[in-house]
Amino acid sequence: MHVVNRRKPAVTPGLMLCLCMLGGLYCSVSWCSQSPEEKGYQIAARSDRSDRGFSDSVVELDMVLRNSAGRQSARTLRIKTLEVENEHLGDKSLVIFDHPKDIKGAALLSHAKILEPDDQWLFLPALKRVKRISSSNKSGPFVGSEFAFEDFTASELNKYTYKWLGEQPCGELTCDVVERYPRYKNSGYTRQISWLDQRVYQIRRLDFYDRKDTLLKTLEFDDYREYAGGIWRAHRFSMRNHQTEKSTDLIYSDYRFKTGLTDNDFVKGMLKRVK
Amino acid sequence: MSNKPALLMAALVCLSHINTAHSGIEFSGVIGFESRWFADSGQFSGQLDGLQNSAVLEPEWLLEKNSHQLAFIPFVRIDGRDNKRTHADIREAYWLYYQNDWELLIGINREFWGVTEARHLVNIVNQIDQVEDIDEEDYLGQPMINLALQKDYGRFSFYLLPLFRERTFAGRPGRLRASLVVDEDQAEYQSGARAWHTDIAFRYAHFIGQWDIGASYFYGTGREPVLLPNANRSVLIPRYDLIHQWGIDIQHTHEAWLWKFEGIIRKGQGNTFAATVAGFEYTWFQFHQADGDLGFLLEHLYDGRDRQNAPASVLENDLFVGMRYTFNDMQDTALLAGSLIDLEDESYSLRLEAERRISASMKMQLEGQWFANAGNNSLTRAFQNDDFIQLTISQFF
Repeated sequence: MHVVNRRKPAVTPGLMLCLCMLGGLYCSVSWCSQSPEEKGYQIAARSDRSDRGFSDSVVELDMVLRNSAGRQSARTLRIKTLEVENEHLGDKSLVIFDHPKDIKGAALLSHAKILEPDDQWLFLPALKRVKRISSSNKSGPFVGSEFAFEDFTASELNKYTYKWLGEQPCGELTCDVVERYPRYKNSGYTRQISWLDQRVYQIRRLDFYDRKDTLLKTLEFDDYREYAGGIWRAHRFSMRNHQTEKSTDLIYSDYRFKTGLTDNDFVKGMLKRVK
Repeated sequence: MSNKPALLMAALVCLSHINTAHSGIEFSGVIGFESRWFADSGQFSGQLDGLQNSAVLEPEWLLEKNSHQLAFIPFVRIDGRDNKRTHADIREAYWLYYQNDWELLIGINREFWGVTEARHLVNIVNQIDQVEDIDEEDYLGQPMINLALQKDYGRFSFYLLPLFRERTFAGRPGRLRASLVVDEDQAEYQSGARAWHTDIAFRYAHFIGQWDIGASYFYGTGREPVLLPNANRSVLIPRYDLIHQWGIDIQHTHEAWLWKFEGIIRKGQGNTFAATVAGFEYTWFQFHQADGDLGFLLEHLYDGRDRQNAPASVLENDLFVGMRYTFNDMQDTALLAGSLIDLEDESYSLRLEAERRISASMKMQLEGQWFANAGNNSLTRAFQNDDFIQLTISQFF
């Protein structure tokens, strides 16, 4: 999923071309002999490729938390993301809180990794203190929401292994159903099932299975909009926890791309001037 | 006290009307009401008993445009019992210009250095606003010119600090003070320029993988005063010395472990001495399969200062043990318990803090502080009757 950071291919364009040619040849000869694992990876990679070259993005979002009694609480945040070209590294992101007011100005800086824990710093405005924090907290709730930290940070292609399960209609589209298994440590999930449409290759739904392999949450991706360069972004994410009946919606404003952000906008030293 | 919060509220209403939306100025801030209750009578004459109520106002104006940032954050506390705790400050009032790899700040600002929790040893730019709280986590605004350069190999910050800020102390009715009141008007300085000595500071900070490192240097008027009684022993007179201070702070972050170290070497207050804080923080995320995280903190504090000529410190050989539970709920509820234990005389203090958001723009904080065996220690003896519980309600706007 792609809430903060976007995924990127783990292979260079040249290698990609080779793989495609070989794959094309191979597939045309014997499509059936492709394993579900290979096909799952291929579909995930195709979705991942569709996001290439967004360079950087800035977006604002409202987060609405609801408990089982229907009680609501809202947060407003801004997310700045920098695409990192190096395939062995993840993207960089900065989450800035605007609301509730008592946490206004708090910021979370992340340098995502593929399998290693991310580098993360928290800025606490009350003390103007920058604190390096542990990123091994993958499965804990992010700011009290139904999104875990691992749902909210980078979803790089190689963080998972894949298995194609089949095809299913999803709304007006047809989706490939691909199961994926976290390869990184401390995940709260045994597996996730993703629905990826066959038209623009975007993820439409994600089911999360907890450590006991019971269905825990469902995330639905709606209001996809296409931006320049064929970049697609969902603008509404609805996460529902089946075990607690709690839910969290994320409602995104329009994205701005290629705003000129650089590495120096994602260093811990600049957190002090984040407002 | 009764009409003071009302006055403060009226001031706030006026302030909020200065807000000029069309100019792009962002206005926000906090107004808080604090009630402290002391269980025992004060041990020194003139000290207040029972309740100490106060109100605090900290509005914030911010303007950001084309790589320029202007900030103005005044602060005022009105205390119903202690006139010296009624005080105002400018926490921030600066102009900042930034480019991709450098920034220049001129004005009043707050700067925090360091990694440890029990004591902020390397943090030296800002003076402690001690009358606010004895936990040394409130700081006065410091006038400065600050140039920062961001390189691939780290961040270099240079500071010119033209005006020294004196530490704040409780007045005669105030609790949590020494037997004598501090008379700031008689403050003595080693520098002939007194508070106008231009201090300098430098800091380098970087991270490499799991290591975050900082190195700093300060030369100027030390923020900690030596407190000496006057000739007729009626008041304490603060004396501020010129010091050199070198500091190092290191954090190693590995999985749920944060290993921390801060160390300083200070020259200029009697014999050159070193002080350190070293310890760790470990967190059990989703403790017992609940949403909350339980953190455990342990830090050892050492301070080898000159007992004759340096400012007195209670943290010469102490252990800090702390527990933190964050509920990760909608209200961001958190509990913190910490104990500072003197390993030499067995005196210790215990502090509890709890906080919770009670509406979209309101927060509640409860704090308690207990001093045990305080009589064993020549410094904490002054606090032995000062156990307190404090409730703060903060309204954000």
